[in-house]
Amino acid sequence: MKKLLLATAAMALGATTAMAEVKVGMITTLSGGGAGLGIDVRDGFLLALKQSGRDDVELIIEDDQRKPDVAVQLSDKMIQSERVDVMTGIIWSNLAMAVVPSATAQGVFYLSPNAGPSQLAGAGCSPLYFNVAWQNDNLHEAAGAYANEAGYKSSFILAPNYPAGKDALTGYKRTFGGDLAGELYTELGQTDYAAEIAQIRASGADSVFFFLPGGMGISFLKQYADSGVGLPVVGPAFSFDQGILQAVGEAAVGVVNTSQWSKDIDNPTNAAFVESFEAEYGRLPSLYASQGFDTANLLFSALDKAAPSDKAAFQAALEAADFDSTRGAFRFGPNHHPIQTIYAREVIREGDVYTNRIIGTALEDHADAYASECKM
Amino acid sequence: MSLILIIEQVLNGLQSGVMLFLMAAGLTLIFGVMGLINLAHGSLYMIGAFAAAAVAGFTGSFALALVGALAAAAAAGAIIEITVIRRLYASDHLDQVLATFALILIFSEGTRWVFGSFPLFLEIPPYLAGPVTLPGGIAYPKYRLALIVAGLAVGALLWFLIERTRMGIRIRAGENDREMIAALGVDISRLYTLVFALGAALAGLAGALVGAIQSVQVGMGEPVLILAFVVIVIGGIGSLKGAFLGALLVGLTDTLGGIFLPELFKLFTDPATAQSAGASLASMSIYILMSLVLIWRPTGLFGAPA
Amino acid sequence: MIRERHLNIGLLAGLLAVALWAMLADQPFTITLATRAVILALAAAGLNIALGIGGLVSLGHAAFFGLGGYVMGVLAYHAQTYTPLELGPFSIAGTKSMPLIWLAAICVSGLAALVIGLLSLRTSGVYFIMITLAFGQMFYYFAISWSAYGGEDGLSIYVRNGFPGLNTLVPIQFFGICYVILCLVLYLHARLARSPFGLALNAARQAPVRVLTVGLDPTRLKLVAFVLSGAITGLAGALFADLYRFVSPTMFSWQMSGELIVLIILGGVARLCGPVVGAVVFVMLEHLLGGLTDFWHVWLGVILLLIVLFARGGLIGMVSGRAVAHD
Repeated sequence: MKKLLLATAAMALGATTAMAEVKVGMITTLSGGGAGLGIDVRDGFLLALKQSGRDDVELIIEDDQRKPDVAVQLSDKMIQSERVDVMTGIIWSNLAMAVVPSATAQGVFYLSPNAGPSQLAGAGCSPLYFNVAWQNDNLHEAAGAYANEAGYKSSFILAPNYPAGKDALTGYKRTFGGDLAGELYTELGQTDYAAEIAQIRASGADSVFFFLPGGMGISFLKQYADSGVGLPVVGPAFSFDQGILQAVGEAAVGVVNTSQWSKDIDNPTNAAFVESFEAEYGRLPSLYASQGFDTANLLFSALDKAAPSDKAAFQAALEAADFDSTRGAFRFGPNHHPIQTIYAREVIREGDVYTNRIIGTALEDHADAYASECKM
Repeated sequence: MSLILIIEQVLNGLQSGVMLFLMAAGLTLIFGVMGLINLAHGSLYMIGAFAAAAVAGFTGSFALALVGALAAAAAAGAIIEITVIRRLYASDHLDQVLATFALILIFSEGTRWVFGSFPLFLEIPPYLAGPVTLPGGIAYPKYRLALIVAGLAVGALLWFLIERTRMGIRIRAGENDREMIAALGVDISRLYTLVFALGAALAGLAGALVGAIQSVQVGMGEPVLILAFVVIVIGGIGSLKGAFLGALLVGLTDTLGGIFLPELFKLFTDPATAQSAGASLASMSIYILMSLVLIWRPTGLFGAPA
Repeated sequence: MIRERHLNIGLLAGLLAVALWAMLADQPFTITLATRAVILALAAAGLNIALGIGGLVSLGHAAFFGLGGYVMGVLAYHAQTYTPLELGPFSIAGTKSMPLIWLAAICVSGLAALVIGLLSLRTSGVYFIMITLAFGQMFYYFAISWSAYGGEDGLSIYVRNGFPGLNTLVPIQFFGICYVILCLVLYLHARLARSPFGLALNAARQAPVRVLTVGLDPTRLKLVAFVLSGAITGLAGALFADLYRFVSPTMFSWQMSGELIVLIILGGVARLCGPVVGAVVFVMLEHLLGGLTDFWHVWLGVILLLIVLFARGGLIGMVSGRAVAHD
């Protein structure tokens, strides 16, 4: 276990107060195929911790290997043995569904830096659960809104055949006003999309929406660009984040994607974040890094007002969301999910690095579709 | 569904089958000659792709990248054969499964250690980029056509090597009776290292070729490994001819199943259910194919009877 | 050198002692780890009947492990949502009672093992390894797209299922349940190995033709062993799901099947307590190495490799220094 004791000042002075005041448990994916996302969330969080100079937070970081049973075991350990006050870090919805309900039932606060499954936003919401990133459907809804704005009449839509994939297509259809030229579910982890691309070519669509996170998106974009189909593509930011754009290369340039964050959002917090992240880690931050950074700062803002042991006061302090977000204005809806602006970005090339640039607003002050089902 | 679309899908199936053949050929050779189950074959595929991406990033040349992939995978293959695999020939399949499972762990996380957690970039060379129009007005990516041609060429080369050269005679003799050829003065351990390196090089080549249109990332080898096993089991383990036919069969089933099963289901249920159910069945289709073949012929299409 | 029987008794007693110590020292997480080891040992002990005695290398036992898990998940899900489970003409109420769930898990996975075994036992050797793998993959892909029960997200059960007279939420009590089941299964295995059936099965592995000539059907012997094996692994799956109050398709993954084999080889093939040693060592490695480095899989791989190359007969073989005991 890697304990990051940031009570360094106290220890150097002879450790009069050896125990840190607040224990934070971070379970995230640090090994295996999806490690890039977890590493970004962790690094964003650590950067905020370092910049805050706090010595009252003890952070325990563990690797879930993207396996639900490992995540549950680590969460049992953090709650039963380490007795953490606050948990965070999980990247994937299925792991969040395995961990969050039992963690909040045991009285631990959970701040999600990424996953936002609909169950936790609706009927399964909890006073102790806060999502700092988005509800899963949000970026897809924004993609549908952007497609309307761009004047697309007929979309071909595809996503992997698993719950988040079905949510993605549902989210897009919720806002998109045009027709569907085709709707496809691909295999999870699929690497060859020749068959799907052939169907897109034959469908007569005027645009393509896809949600294929991680390596699936890289493969699809490379093959799509090479196929010469050439229809405009729109998708959520997950396939265009800083970590994987370099692997897609020229094939991604010009593609529009939707995100609640971009490195060129114009506010001082964001500018300082981008600069210091690059200085610290030698790479540009991704949206996951920004989410980790915001999660940490939200937590610190609440710690300044109340202790996690005082549940009601700490909950109120979190709800106030009184911190400087990299996204500019940030507030929570009644179900503890963000109400935020989602941008349309375009992939560009800056020198020899591929990155994103904001080209417009897809949805202003957008709340999720499940808030009304949440009874707290 | 138009005829053009069907032809295009058949080409896609062929292309994926031909690449699978490169993987399966090495696997089946290694099993046929040495009697070894190599779960780490997918790691060699990954090494090929990573080496190609590294060389291409450094030199900018796709041809050099392929050479790099062949060299790196063959070298990795030779090294593990000499240090680990060699000790396993006399063991039962269980030990082989465990040892090569351990090699997967080492290679996967080792690669992440060296190259980091983010996918690498490997690009189609400019002279093969974009689509080409085939007779009948079918627009098809040049690169995928090139893959079909390259795969068939390597297959022909392999056939020539095994059937028409001195080394091929030794390999075939090794399959039949290893004591006999050792008695005839062939250095059997060198032959085994060579065969293993050859199989590894084929896997590395497949990784590099496919890496240009897919994501070069840790763990890319395992799904292909399972498919390659399905291929050689369908074809009959140890049979190159079987691996070739099995690869085409699996490639076509996988590609066409994903297209036609949902269409078929639409005749019975509403489109959304049909799409989802069809996609589910399609993802199981090659495994269903494999169990049907094995139930019909317990040692595969061209396997020697048990 | 230590006799294997003494080693086995010491091992099981040690495992119990660790859990009791953890309870007294108020270390509930250690109990959770010990429970994980016991359940994995149980799953591998199931496989050990097919693999150890019968020589059937199944790379598809995750199918039974996952089925057991999903039986628990589905029944408990219907109980916690108060909806009946519709099976064509039948409508079954869900349940949160462990004994009922276990019974269902054993029946369902045993039935699946019967069907898979009937088809797979037509093949042998590598073909058998691969056809069992194929069946495992079919279940995996089916579970991923089975959206009624969460698909790839899996199913969460909020409260652990109950056992009459016990509070299963107390870690040591749940550990006790799993531990007793493991001991019963090991006892069954020991009796089985020495019974006429076990001896015939052993002979069917080594010399099928001879078995045939004395009028026994080797395929039928193997099928019985396979069904028994699948049913036990299925029971372990139900307990595993209860430990984490969660089921997901990863229980069906081929890596899971691979891990079960790893546990057996680590401890020693066909050794009664091989799966127990394997599971304890594996859980410890996972826990300790995972704490030392992000790249702990590399070291796990190196350790496994060293065991295959230099400790033939697994860890038990290394300590007791004898060939597999058939006394």
